[in-house]
Amino acid sequence: MDDPTFKLVTGNRLRDGAVVYFASAGIWTPRIDDARLVEEKDGAALLAEAQAGPPPHPAVGPALIDAVRDGDRVVPATLREKIRASGPTVAYRAA
Amino acid sequence: MYRYDEFDRKFLAERVAQYRDQVRRRLAGQLSEDEFRSLRLMNGLYLQLHAYMLRISIPYGTLSSAQLRGLAEVARRWDKGYGHFTTRQNIQFNWIKLEETPDILAHLAAVQLHGIQTSGNSFRNITTDPFAGVAGDEIEDPRPYCEIVRQWAALHPEFSFLPRKFKIAINAADADRAAVKIHDLGLYLRRSDRGEIGFAVTVGGGLGRTPILAQTVRDFVPRRELLAYISACLRVYNQYGRRDNLFKSRIKILVQALGIEKMRQEVEDEYAAMGDEREALALPDEAVAAMQAQFAPPAYADAAGDDAELAQAAASEPDFARWIERNTRPHKQAGHASVVISLKPVGRPTGDCSASQMRTVADLADELSFGEVRVTHDQNLVLPHVRKSALYDLWLRLGAGDLATPNIGLASDIIACPGLDYCGLATARSIPVAQALAVHLAGREAAIGPLQIKISGCINACGHHHVGHIGILGLEKNGAESYQITVGGSDGEQAALGGIIGPAVAAHEITATVDRLIDAYLRLRRDGEQFPDTYRRVGLAPFKEALYVAR
Repeated sequence: MDDPTFKLVTGNRLRDGAVVYFASAGIWTPRIDDARLVEEKDGAALLAEAQAGPPPHPAVGPALIDAVRDGDRVVPATLREKIRASGPTVAYRAA
Repeated sequence: MYRYDEFDRKFLAERVAQYRDQVRRRLAGQLSEDEFRSLRLMNGLYLQLHAYMLRISIPYGTLSSAQLRGLAEVARRWDKGYGHFTTRQNIQFNWIKLEETPDILAHLAAVQLHGIQTSGNSFRNITTDPFAGVAGDEIEDPRPYCEIVRQWAALHPEFSFLPRKFKIAINAADADRAAVKIHDLGLYLRRSDRGEIGFAVTVGGGLGRTPILAQTVRDFVPRRELLAYISACLRVYNQYGRRDNLFKSRIKILVQALGIEKMRQEVEDEYAAMGDEREALALPDEAVAAMQAQFAPPAYADAAGDDAELAQAAASEPDFARWIERNTRPHKQAGHASVVISLKPVGRPTGDCSASQMRTVADLADELSFGEVRVTHDQNLVLPHVRKSALYDLWLRLGAGDLATPNIGLASDIIACPGLDYCGLATARSIPVAQALAVHLAGREAAIGPLQIKISGCINACGHHHVGHIGILGLEKNGAESYQITVGGSDGEQAALGGIIGPAVAAHEITATVDRLIDAYLRLRRDGEQFPDTYRRVGLAPFKEALYVAR
């Protein structure tokens, strides 16, 4: 049987664009492993909670994505989100 | 090159101040993202996968050494130490923090650079031949006309909200080194039988979801009428271009829908109806001459004796000779050459350049190329005017900075967009595909000869895959990366769109597939032919067959 798929909310941090994940009211974390995961049926409520709060909202473009648990780790379902979570797959040039 | 006047400087300072206030209000929560997005995009700031991305316009790919140092400083101080040169002759920084962007733009304004009109539905960077002003086959330097059109197009009130973005390319030589036919509007500089300078005007080129090559709307527009005539073209597009469907909004779709005859009629009718406006937009000879003076050739040394010296150095060092053969181009001035600096060291991300490399190139430009640098649409740099007696020293110093890969125009000189490693629009990765292919092909690229491989990570085709000799388009299929391969494209004066060779392949199958296509080409080609020549002669079938038989 496939691992159960969870929902979590991700966005980019307003001030610097860094990838962040919704952890709890007003708290966004750069570590996907610290993201709050909910079952599919609770996704809409999670997104609403993540979007709440006074401006400026700390994250730009909050969106629900799919992920599975792998032990203590949280692994996004899509390659795009895997790359967002762990950075480009290619080395970049050092200064 | 063009230097800002007082008006330009004042305008840019005001723009940076406005932007600084917009960012302040955004960070204070007074502007929502919906309200702020278009304001940041108007200054070239996108939001990508990992961070904000700042796209800086490099007008017609011409940079001064001071500007390149300015870009190096952005890379060092505000990014992760590198920038990425693009197929639009621009540069992008991938790791930008919103809160630092006002300082970055102020820093860039001091070296006469900005990100204005690198986004949005208006004129984008005007592009041209990277060898403008130095190529022997050129009628006139196109850059004064690029600058005239740039000034006309900058914040043009009537054309700031076009149906979609609009790209103009200008080429002034026999060979088309500006990929004019894949641009919304193209200008080929011509000299008439009577010795008059003017332009052939093309419209409706573009890649993306619906690749179409441009067609000629008028064979000769005298240069005096240039701005008035392209205004007429833009008015037709602005009026009839589709605003109801993003995928049909470019001028190429309008030209396709109307047909070139009807398009031509519409433009000519509009032009005729402009009446007095034509005179208001006329380009007097004195204005052109004043702009040409800004692009006057530098004071070249008498270097006629340099050829013998160069021949001697090349004869004694095969690696140097190979670099000379691959990475230098003829210069109209005796004893000089233009040098192409490869930003494609085999196995590294294509088009990336570190801050220290930028500074190295800027220093070399000051010392050996009158302080001038060009950016090519295939993501390399050019030192346009180097004395041949200086080439050996230059080669050594470029080599020390990993900037002397002798692969220009060869299989490892691959164009690739940032792809899914960075870009919010991408559906598959491009850079790793380019890296793997370059590593795989580098050993036999000299035997293969000129070959252009171009890779895009999505249908938008920033990597120009449709016009690659071998084109690779990254797609997503059932959650996995998948690559559609085309052959036979080219972007020169005989521009052609590549043909699809079969079903898309998985990432791990690309190298073997490209190998078979190259093997087929080497079997099929006749003496003196390059890939597009062979393709024009034999068509798609033998290439398809090469893959089919192998399967």
